[in-house]
Amino acid sequence: MKLNLKIWRQKDAGSKGKMMDYTIDGIDGDMSFLEMMDVLNEDLINKGEEPIEFDHDCREGICGSCSLQINGEPHGPDRLVTTCQLHMRKFSDGDTIVIEPFRAKAFPVIKDLIVDRSAFDRIQQAGGYISINTSGNTQDANSIPIEKENADDAFYAAACIGCGACVAACKNASAMLFTSAKVSQYALLPQGQVEATERVQNMVRQMDLEGFGNCTNTGACEVECPKGISLENIARMNREYLAANIKG
Amino acid sequence: MGILDSKVPSGPLADKWTNHKNHVDLVNPANKRNIDIIVVGTGLAGGSAAATLAELGYNVKTFCYQDSPRRAHSIAAQGGINASKNYQGDGDSNYRLFYDTVKGGDYRSREANVYRLAEVSGQIIDQCVAQGVPFAREYGGLLDNRSFGGVLVSRTFYAKGQTGQQLLLGAYSAMNRQINRGKIQPFNRHEMMDLVKVHGKARSIIARNLVTGEIERHSAHAVVLATGGYGNVFFLSTNAMGSNVMAAWRAHRRGAFFANPCYTQIHPTCIPVSGDHQSKLTLMSESLRNDGRIWVPKRLEDAQAIREGKLKPTQLKEEDRDYYLERRYPAFGNLVPRDVASRAAKERCDAGFGVNKTGEAVYLDFDAAIMRYGKEKALTSGMKDADDGAVRALGEEVIETKYGNLFQMYEKIVDENPYKTPMMIYPAVHYTMGGLWVDYNLQTTVEGCYSAGEANFSDHGANRLGASALMQGLADGYFVLPYTIGDYLSNDIRTGKIPTDSPEFDAAEKEVRDRMEKLMNGKGTHSVDYYHKKLGKIMWNKCGMSRNAVELQEAIDEISALRKDFWENVRVPGSADSKNQELEKAGRVADFLELGELFAKDALTRNESCGGHFREEYQTPEGEALRDDENFKFVSAWEYKGEPKDAVLHKEELKYENIELKTRSYK
Repeated sequence: MKLNLKIWRQKDAGSKGKMMDYTIDGIDGDMSFLEMMDVLNEDLINKGEEPIEFDHDCREGICGSCSLQINGEPHGPDRLVTTCQLHMRKFSDGDTIVIEPFRAKAFPVIKDLIVDRSAFDRIQQAGGYISINTSGNTQDANSIPIEKENADDAFYAAACIGCGACVAACKNASAMLFTSAKVSQYALLPQGQVEATERVQNMVRQMDLEGFGNCTNTGACEVECPKGISLENIARMNREYLAANIKG
Repeated sequence: MGILDSKVPSGPLADKWTNHKNHVDLVNPANKRNIDIIVVGTGLAGGSAAATLAELGYNVKTFCYQDSPRRAHSIAAQGGINASKNYQGDGDSNYRLFYDTVKGGDYRSREANVYRLAEVSGQIIDQCVAQGVPFAREYGGLLDNRSFGGVLVSRTFYAKGQTGQQLLLGAYSAMNRQINRGKIQPFNRHEMMDLVKVHGKARSIIARNLVTGEIERHSAHAVVLATGGYGNVFFLSTNAMGSNVMAAWRAHRRGAFFANPCYTQIHPTCIPVSGDHQSKLTLMSESLRNDGRIWVPKRLEDAQAIREGKLKPTQLKEEDRDYYLERRYPAFGNLVPRDVASRAAKERCDAGFGVNKTGEAVYLDFDAAIMRYGKEKALTSGMKDADDGAVRALGEEVIETKYGNLFQMYEKIVDENPYKTPMMIYPAVHYTMGGLWVDYNLQTTVEGCYSAGEANFSDHGANRLGASALMQGLADGYFVLPYTIGDYLSNDIRTGKIPTDSPEFDAAEKEVRDRMEKLMNGKGTHSVDYYHKKLGKIMWNKCGMSRNAVELQEAIDEISALRKDFWENVRVPGSADSKNQELEKAGRVADFLELGELFAKDALTRNESCGGHFREEYQTPEGEALRDDENFKFVSAWEYKGEPKDAVLHKEELKYENIELKTRSYK
């Protein structure tokens, strides 16, 4: 198939960016979206132009590197996939596709379609852990029985890949879904109880410091999340936060 | 043996590690604050090492090319992690895990290292649970297990098909705690360009900031390389696009021996290649072989009809299917080790029984499992007379809870519903057992330079068993390195900061800059990917699942010529002093072009078949691998001498004192 592409180009963080037009032909439905971008880049290199830079690594939907706002949606039109797992069979011959970086104040553009998501790391550093040493002297793993339902829910929350689609989908550029997924994982497990108060307070404080917006319960994040992280996590984080603040 | 002293402690196998730990020198907490350690790579091995070393009090700097440590490719490991907990009471023990691993590796790994791995495996599970890693559990609240290839017990712990993700996020959380305390300084989007030696000791690295293009000098008292494997030398593999051998290869060029480069794991269950545009291959976890049955049609005409789209696999009767693994290996069936399963798939496809358009695919069928689980579920739900449709629906639900994400991933990529029609799979490059040679302390042949995880060669011999990579990465990082590196650093308590303005740094930085300039100044006829794909084709066709002397020699000549062409004609656009993904790729491919040749040379030198290394000249009449213990019971460790063809072979003889060498049989 033949496609018209409108792609955001930006030299570096300090430069002004703009949309550029490209056309591409011979795209096969079995190609992934990023393989289509590879074909475009190969063309550009052969023509002596600079290729378009974008983040990507595992190309199997788990590392969270790839991003891209495709026709206004993070990770494009398909559901429960990252851009690397989006396939060109979801598009038709002659389509125009608009490709932009994830947009949020807390995610400044580095180059072209690459954004800086280190704010997410800093939120995790503020409290996304259980403070035990890796000495190997912990108790036996089976000495902490955990109700299967809670273990499963903790797993579903922990499945977040930190790609930032929730932020890019949100009209407020809120990072509540991301932050609440980690808070929830630990809130659902007995191991996480000891530091629960400090954890939620510290992570929320960092989230606000980074310049992410607030949640107004629109739910776009849940719809666009490639891993199906549930909005319930935000409700759980709000409960944890309230409880923490009452406790002081 | 001179330089190749494995430093395995004396004494009985089961006591070696404990005795060793009791006798290593320690560094007191106040002195640890004056010692710096660089950790390159933040996957399971690097992330866990960095967190633990920082906890102990050392000042740690971590480096990764990704934008966050959480994105290291350990994240993509699916199936699980082994541990000899014997929670299932099925007779597991440290010895059995040790034995299975040595046998699975086709008797080409070091006994003492493997035993230590088995010994600490249980602690890994304890540690991860304490960290809040959400492993799968049973209704009683205790941990669940499943089986993997090459073993007869259930010792694999898992978190759906995302075990690697959960373990890596655990290590990442431990790192985050230390970053928050200021004990780890993370350098993300940074790539190691060279290892710097001062007076013969590894003292630092030259790194490139991938955002600004700046070349930076970072000094330390020891350097840990936990930079993963080199499977991307094949271009198409299950590795991440950025996975590379640069750090390990730079260390090799500085004196670290490279061991067993030809030992590569070709994983049997991957999604087949769909066309020339393909940029990478996707693994379907080995855990699927717990429940999936592998088959091809019995008759050539049926296979042909399927390839032409005239026949559907579901239309083929049971008696017209060849469950070739169950037929050839009745004891282990679909759960034979990976190397055996891969070769068997290739054998059937080469014989004309392949089932996709290219003829390079076999079926992985869940129908029997769906019905079996469905029946059990119907009975336990009180539906004694459920019809086939209801049983199937229940069975699909069970399969969904076990492998849901894998089935979804398959459906997104292939556009077929694997609940209704069998999956198509084919072997693909997945893991590299070879890597930097290390002694028992995980130190390379460069003093002060350590290597952990897939980047080293130590534990898996010629073939790795499933769910062992995660185990090794975390064992090295959490429980081995922190002891052994302390022993080395105890001599450095009076050294003080390593200055970065010495002539050694100047020379190393100049070399890095010259090399980048050379890459930028190629005459510019072809892109980096053009060369990488060409290299991949040579590797896959001549150094892949089966090898022979003639083709290996051809591979050596072709790669050498390709390398020359690359340096003259590669086209790298943009500039070196800014973000430039093509330049990043060019540096990595340049090293693959050297490693690939050494790989072929190593395979040519090893005149036997063992594990993942199958030489057509050395096989039994039934087509099984034929090992030659008399002449090849050694580790090949290559010393860099300029061109790969001039590399010098050093041997580490392997001693088996606790295991009797046998012909590996899974029949």
